[in-house]
This record gives sequence, C-alpha cells and structure tokens, in this order.
Amino acid sequence: MYAQYLMRRFGMFLLVIFLAVTVNFMIPRLMPGDPVEQQLATLVATGGGQIGDVEAMAQAYRSRFGLDQPLWRQYINYWWDIMHLDFGYSLANYPETVSNSIRAALPWTLGLLGISTVISFTIGSLLGGLLAWPKTPRSMRIFIPILMTISSIPYFLLGIILIYFFAIRLPLFPAGGGFQFGSVLRFDGKTILDVGRHAVLPAVSIIVAGIGVWALEMRGMMISILGEDYISLAEMKGLKERRIFIWYGMRNGLLPLLTALALRLGYIVAGAILVEVIFSYPGIGYKLYQAVQSKDYFVIQGIVLILIFSIALLMLIMDLIYPLIDPRITYQQR
Amino acid sequence: MSQSVISRPLSRIRLRRLQTNSYLIIGLTIIIALLLFGFVGPLLVNTDLANVGANLPKLSPDGEHWLGTDTQGRDVFTVLVLATPRTLIIGLLAGILGVGLGLILGVTSGYMGGTVDSAVRVLADVFMTIPAIAILIVVATNVRSMTVGLMALIIALLAWRLPTRSIRAQTLSLRERAYIQVAKLNGVGDFEIIVKELLPNLLPYIAATFVSTVSWAILTTIGLEALGLGPQNELTLGMMIYWAQFYGAILRGFWWWWMPPIVVIALIFIGLFFTSAGMDQLVNIRLRKVA
Repeated sequence: MYAQYLMRRFGMFLLVIFLAVTVNFMIPRLMPGDPVEQQLATLVATGGGQIGDVEAMAQAYRSRFGLDQPLWRQYINYWWDIMHLDFGYSLANYPETVSNSIRAALPWTLGLLGISTVISFTIGSLLGGLLAWPKTPRSMRIFIPILMTISSIPYFLLGIILIYFFAIRLPLFPAGGGFQFGSVLRFDGKTILDVGRHAVLPAVSIIVAGIGVWALEMRGMMISILGEDYISLAEMKGLKERRIFIWYGMRNGLLPLLTALALRLGYIVAGAILVEVIFSYPGIGYKLYQAVQSKDYFVIQGIVLILIFSIALLMLIMDLIYPLIDPRITYQQR
Repeated sequence: MSQSVISRPLSRIRLRRLQTNSYLIIGLTIIIALLLFGFVGPLLVNTDLANVGANLPKLSPDGEHWLGTDTQGRDVFTVLVLATPRTLIIGLLAGILGVGLGLILGVTSGYMGGTVDSAVRVLADVFMTIPAIAILIVVATNVRSMTVGLMALIIALLAWRLPTRSIRAQTLSLRERAYIQVAKLNGVGDFEIIVKELLPNLLPYIAATFVSTVSWAILTTIGLEALGLGPQNELTLGMMIYWAQFYGAILRGFWWWWMPPIVVIALIFIGLFFTSAGMDQLVNIRLRKVA
C-alpha cells in the first residue's frame, strides 16, 4: 500500500518539475521578438556604463538560447542544462554564473526562513492549543480577533512597520542588510552576534505574521480533538491535565498541522521573499528583486526554478514522512 | 471537573454563534467602506494633485495636504484615493475570472467523474504545489509594458486553482443527493440539472471561494508590485509601496507616504478575512442542517 502511495506521490513530483521547466522554457518563446535582442536592448538602455563587452554577451546568450536550432532541440538542451544546474550567466554581473549567485544567497534565506518558521510554528500552535483548551482563562479569548487580524496582513507590510518603529524611531536594530557593511564574514562570536542582530527584525516579521495562522489552525484542530473519545478516556483515568493537554491534545493536533505547513510552504516562501526585499536581506528574495530591477532574466529564471524545485521536494518529503509518523493515516487513494 | 472538557455550556455556544455573525458584519462593513472610498472617492478629489510636481515635495500632513506629499510632489491622499480602486479592480477581475474558470472545471470534473475528473484533479493538485508567485514572476518579467488589466489577467492564470478544488469537492457531494438523483431518473438533461439543481446549491460555496480568491489575488498583485513587476505608470496600492521603498521613504522617515497604503491594504485583507470567516461559519451551519 505504502509503495503505491509512494509511486503516486513521486509521479506528482515529477509532473510538477516537468510543468515548471516547460512553462519556464515556453513563456519567453511565446512572447513576440527575439529575447536576446530584447534583453540586451533594455539592458543597454537602462544599465548604461556597467555593460562590458556587449558583442561577447550577445554571442553567449544566442548560443545559450540556441535560437538557430529547432524548438525540440532547444527544449532538450534546456533540460540538459538544468539537470546540470546550469542556468547560464548573470546579465548584470556578466562573468558570474547564475548558479554561483544563487549559491551565495541560499544560506541566508534558509537560515532566516528555517529558524523563524520553526519558532513561529511552535509558539503559534501552542497558543492555538491553549485557546481551545477549556481550562484556559476566558480573558485569553481576546487574542482570537487579534490573531485573525495579524494573520491576514502580509509579512512584508509588518516588516515595514517594524523597521519604522525599531530601526528608525527607536534605533535598536539595523534597518536592513544581513551584516555590518564592509565587515568580513568569519566564524567568530562578533560576526555571529552581528548577523543575529541583523536577522532580528526580518525574523520577527515572519514569526509574528505566522503565529496567527498556526494558532488559528491549531485552535480549530484542538476543538475537534477535544470531542474525541480518547480525551474522555484519559480524563476518566484521572490523568493530570497537563498530560492530557500535551500528550493527548497537542500531540494529535500537531500532525495534521504539519500537513498544513507543507501546503503553505509556497505561501511562506513567497512572504519571506518580500520580507527580504524590504530589509535588503542578502538572500534569494533580495537577489530576485535586484535581478528584476536590472532585468537580469537568467537570474530571475534560475531563482524561480530553484524555488519551485525546493518547495516541491520539501512537500514530497513531508508527504512521504507523514504517513509513517501518523498511524491514523491510510495510504489509499483519496 | 472533567465534565467541562467534553460538554460546553449552552451560553458559550450561543456566544460563538453571535461571534460568527459579528465576523461577517465587521468584514462586510470594512469592505463596503473601502468600496465607497475607492469608487466614490475619485469623483470627489482633484485628481490633478496626484501628478508629479503638482505640489511642493516632502510636506508633512496638514490641513491642506491630509497625508502630506511625496518626494515627487504628489499629494499622498489623492494618490491613495486613485490607487485603491485599481488594486480592488485587479483583485475583483482576477477573482471573477478565477472563480469562473474554477466553476467550469470544478462542476465538469465533479459532475462527470471518470477520466475528466482525474485529469482536472491532478492538474489542480500539481498547480497547487507550484508557488504561484514564482510562475507569475516569469510571466510578468516577459511582459513589456504592464497595465492594471494585464496584471489582473496574469494573476487570473493561476487564480482558478482554489475555486476548482473547492467547487469540485462540493459538486461531488451534491451529485449524490436525492434530488439530483431523482431529476436524473426523470430523464432531465445533464445541462439542466447543473443549471437548475446544482448551481443554486453551490452558491454559498461559490461566494466563499470568491472572497478567498479575491484576497489571494490582491496579495499576489501586491507581492509582484513590491518586486517591481507592477504597472509602472499607473497608481495602485502596491506601486505606492514600491515607490516609497524605491525612494527610501521608510529610512528617511516619511511615514505619511508608506503608512496610508499599508493601512488600506491591511483593511482590505482584514475585511476579506473576517467576511470569509463569517461565511465559513454560515456555510458550515447550512451543512449541519442538510446532513
């Protein structure tokens, strides 16, 4: 049974990758005009002095696009390059490859997003569980509309407000960037402290905006769990309340919440990208913003593909682990 | 002591019901106020004040310029009044197109079943996995000159996913209901069953999915705009934030420039969220009655 589920799920994953790559391949070719000419024209018009050897670049792109070859041939080449993680060269910083450029930005995003998602998920689900727990003081209920309000505001708008209050009005934290400008990144206490200080505000905006979502999901989950027989049984056995809450309530609510986390990954990543833009945080999102500003098409495309791959992969992994850790789930077709 | 965990006192249940209605009322009030602001407001202001250089730049708010002016000399209040309807239009247009397409796909797939259903289901599932903004960034990057209408169309490209899923699921359950089966046995045509029996019963779900699709569309358009992919020559709320960020308004302390669009955007989302939370409850109550 599990094998069949595994196959189905893996097939879906391959389909996602296939679609993403194909769409990325088709869209520029569906647009009117020669993409190379167009990209270079806009680049020359907007970039001015920064452009180096235009002719060499044009040659590089043309062979990259392989526009003289038939479409199917271009498509196969495209796949070949992508499988070798070759996304071409950056238009704005010519000799640099897109892969290198992404590799430099990736740890920043993974660090920021990973840590803040874990914190937000933990606090949010605990809060949500407590909100549904009947023994919680009634006064806690005022949190519900507050959480609903916060959870409906996009991450990055919260980020702007945080910058204004905690970096401009009250200069507690840096307003942007990932580390002190001009400092050399070394693995020592001073650097770690500096990087941490820069990460506080972007992390807080992701955490605060996320808490509302997880709390509301967990509350809903907990309310239905409290109606289950095993809760009554636990009570009749005279178990301690704390034990019932944690081991019978939270534990059973957390597993479905993980599915919700998997489903929301795309949304979370999209939100984090914009947070990075607002904070000029040196991750993937800010790189994407810079690439859009300089019309650096290959970098945009590379980042988009990496985003789709990694989200699809994460969702696949979570979906595969999930039935193993939750015995209530069967692997049958929906 | 243990009793209270399982059975809720009646008063609290009533309280929750009341809360439900108040969510819907709060949500709809905010939305109607925003619609009035966005669609009646532009008729009442002097739109020339939104032009570059129409006023002295960098003025802080006072009696004459309610929300001050930006570094380009535009009156922020006037810009806000003109930008709000455009953002709402993008959301509504993308929402209508998305739900329309989702309705066709969802009803066809749910009602017909079989291969069509499998195909639609896989398609929707696959597209749900792909982060929408990633695909839309690629599309928007390849557009030469972005406009409000085009923005709505691009977002509509992926706005059908949620409606398709939710309408398909509802159609699947409605299809098995007795009145549909009776109509079928009486030899009523499929098209007539869909129009006369299915659609009226789908209405509450369509309304609910419409609200969340509009909310999603506005969130996505603001995201694309913040990245610099929005309509450069038109005023929308997302572009207001983009330009404010572009000219360093946040770091330079011009709060009256970036705060108003944020407040309006937040109000839009809060309004839509409360509306959909209220509608969810209504739909669920209906469900309970039917079942």
